[in-house]
Amino acid sequence: MTPMDFLLLTKGPLFSLAIAIFAIGMLIRLAEILTLGRAHNYATPRGNGVIPGLRTVYRRFNPDPGTFKRAPFDVIVGTLWHVGFVVALLLFIPHVELIKSTFGIGWPALPNPIVDAITAITLLALVAALVHRLRQPVKRFLSTPEDYLIWAVTFLPLLTGYLAYHRLINPYPLALGLHILSAEIFLIVLPFTKLTHIFTAFVARYYNGAIFGRKGIQS
Amino acid sequence: MTQGANSFSLERGLNAWREEIDAPVASFFSSCVHCGLCAQACPFYVETGDPKYTPIHKLEPMRLLWEQEYTFWGKLKKTVRDSIGARLGREPKPLITDEMLEEWEPLLYDSCTMCARCSMVCPVGNDIHYMIRKAREGMVASGHSPEGLVAASVRAVNTGSPMGLQWKTLEVQIKHVETATDLEIPIDKQGVDYLVLLSSMEIINFPEYLEAITKIFDHAGVSWTLSRDCFEATNAGVQIGSKDIGAKLVQRVVDAADKLGVKNVISPECGHAYTGIRWEGPNMIKRAYPFKVFHIIEVLDQLRADGRIKTEGKEMDRLSMHDPCNLGRKSGVIKQQRSLMDLVASDFVDLEEHSEYQWCCGAGGGVSSNERAEELKLAAFKRKKAQIEQVEPERMVTMCATCRTQLEEGLEEFNMDIPVVGLTEMIADHLVEKETSEKP
Repeated sequence: MTPMDFLLLTKGPLFSLAIAIFAIGMLIRLAEILTLGRAHNYATPRGNGVIPGLRTVYRRFNPDPGTFKRAPFDVIVGTLWHVGFVVALLLFIPHVELIKSTFGIGWPALPNPIVDAITAITLLALVAALVHRLRQPVKRFLSTPEDYLIWAVTFLPLLTGYLAYHRLINPYPLALGLHILSAEIFLIVLPFTKLTHIFTAFVARYYNGAIFGRKGIQS
Repeated sequence: MTQGANSFSLERGLNAWREEIDAPVASFFSSCVHCGLCAQACPFYVETGDPKYTPIHKLEPMRLLWEQEYTFWGKLKKTVRDSIGARLGREPKPLITDEMLEEWEPLLYDSCTMCARCSMVCPVGNDIHYMIRKAREGMVASGHSPEGLVAASVRAVNTGSPMGLQWKTLEVQIKHVETATDLEIPIDKQGVDYLVLLSSMEIINFPEYLEAITKIFDHAGVSWTLSRDCFEATNAGVQIGSKDIGAKLVQRVVDAADKLGVKNVISPECGHAYTGIRWEGPNMIKRAYPFKVFHIIEVLDQLRADGRIKTEGKEMDRLSMHDPCNLGRKSGVIKQQRSLMDLVASDFVDLEEHSEYQWCCGAGGGVSSNERAEELKLAAFKRKKAQIEQVEPERMVTMCATCRTQLEEGLEEFNMDIPVVGLTEMIADHLVEKETSEKP
């Protein structure tokens, strides 16, 4: 198989397969959660649940001052690489074009040097997060092989993208093929691991805000 | 408990969990990325530094059950594992064992007050305390709950009080209050506005409370009554985590309120009693109440807002306040106690992290009824102590008998000379003498 064959494989059948597993898998996961439902609540509410629920979805991007003071590394590095990942994914010119050609909707992208710098920072932040996971007592105690697996699966698309952009892997079709493959692995693994939090965290935050909101507290 | 020890089994415990797992629980377990920030919100972790006290870890057995039975991936993994095992002639290994639950019992009970602080800070939005409460249902059903809480539950079901306190003890106190105040304490009065409930802890440790409400209600012209059938507000079922026991105890309040035809029930200065009767009660008996439930602080603040409480003079020393978790973070009563403080305090300062972010005293959620947790309870208190040291008050004010006892004992343990007072008594101390406010 030539590098070009490899690239065509990742862009063609493998890409469709990854998208299918991701979409169907994630739909099943969300259905598994939502169909469990909630028992009827007989207690007279103090407040409405919906608005506080939505507000909590937003508020948890922003930790309370006490948590920031006690865990500044988690907050700063965690925010940094999450934002970096999303920027690289959604605001890099080739990605925007891919989305446009697939779904027919597009938006302005950031200039390449900016996305390049953000990617470099994100890679460093992810390495720092891994070191922190290995060293901080609570994180090390909680971590399972799955936590390290999803770290790797998240790290690889960024790394291969960075290497491909800087032509550090040759020939280029191989570099691009590896990058696309790593993204496909990310998509395939997503519904079966904690990567589901990308979607379910919004559901969780909503429930949290709604449960507290009903009692008159903005959580 | 009431059914005898033989009716508890691992299978019953797992069934209880199956009943408790709902959409929020599934969304929470699906979202945890093991970031460990919940540990930073937990006084038991913060003050011991032991990672096993990380809140989400306390739910690991229930999470295992959810993963295996409520996710496609978990079911697939089990099928594959079992079929490989069957081919090798091995018995399938049970996912959750009694030994495991025994190991988790202290994590779910001794080191958790269900204070819900972790639920406020989790970045993915997990309401961890909501799940701990549910997890305890399975612990009770499987026979893995602490002796102290089991004993309190048995006493509550058999005698009406978790401390085994009888009406005649309360009656003695009623007589004392009546002599001291020259006022009558209404008992079993039909059709009054409020049925007043008390907590055994209050009756024993803080008799000032009954005297205070007697004076305040007389001053404000509130019609109220105690009920001989049911004076206890606390709910051991809520603390141990048994809806069955909880429902039995709540039903007594409902029956008493029904018999007297009251439209409102007042929960005393006790945290879990309030969340128990206000939020959990209707769900435990599976129907809405025909009456409203208030914490005494809500009632007092409403009387204040209506101009029915006239006070004179103010406390001159530096006061700070501890928000009981069950009242503030878990029930949305936050402004009321501060408005009342403004009425009677000239130098009030809030702790740095207060209201919904306040730190638990370390004794709630059944921890104080569980002798085995004594050491952890004191360890967790150190967080509160640090908060108090930061603002250096001369006295602390609170509105929960369990918090108050914990603050008093903890401060004494560390030789800190800071008395703790109940807010209701403090209001009663400042009432304008009767002749200026005519009784309606």
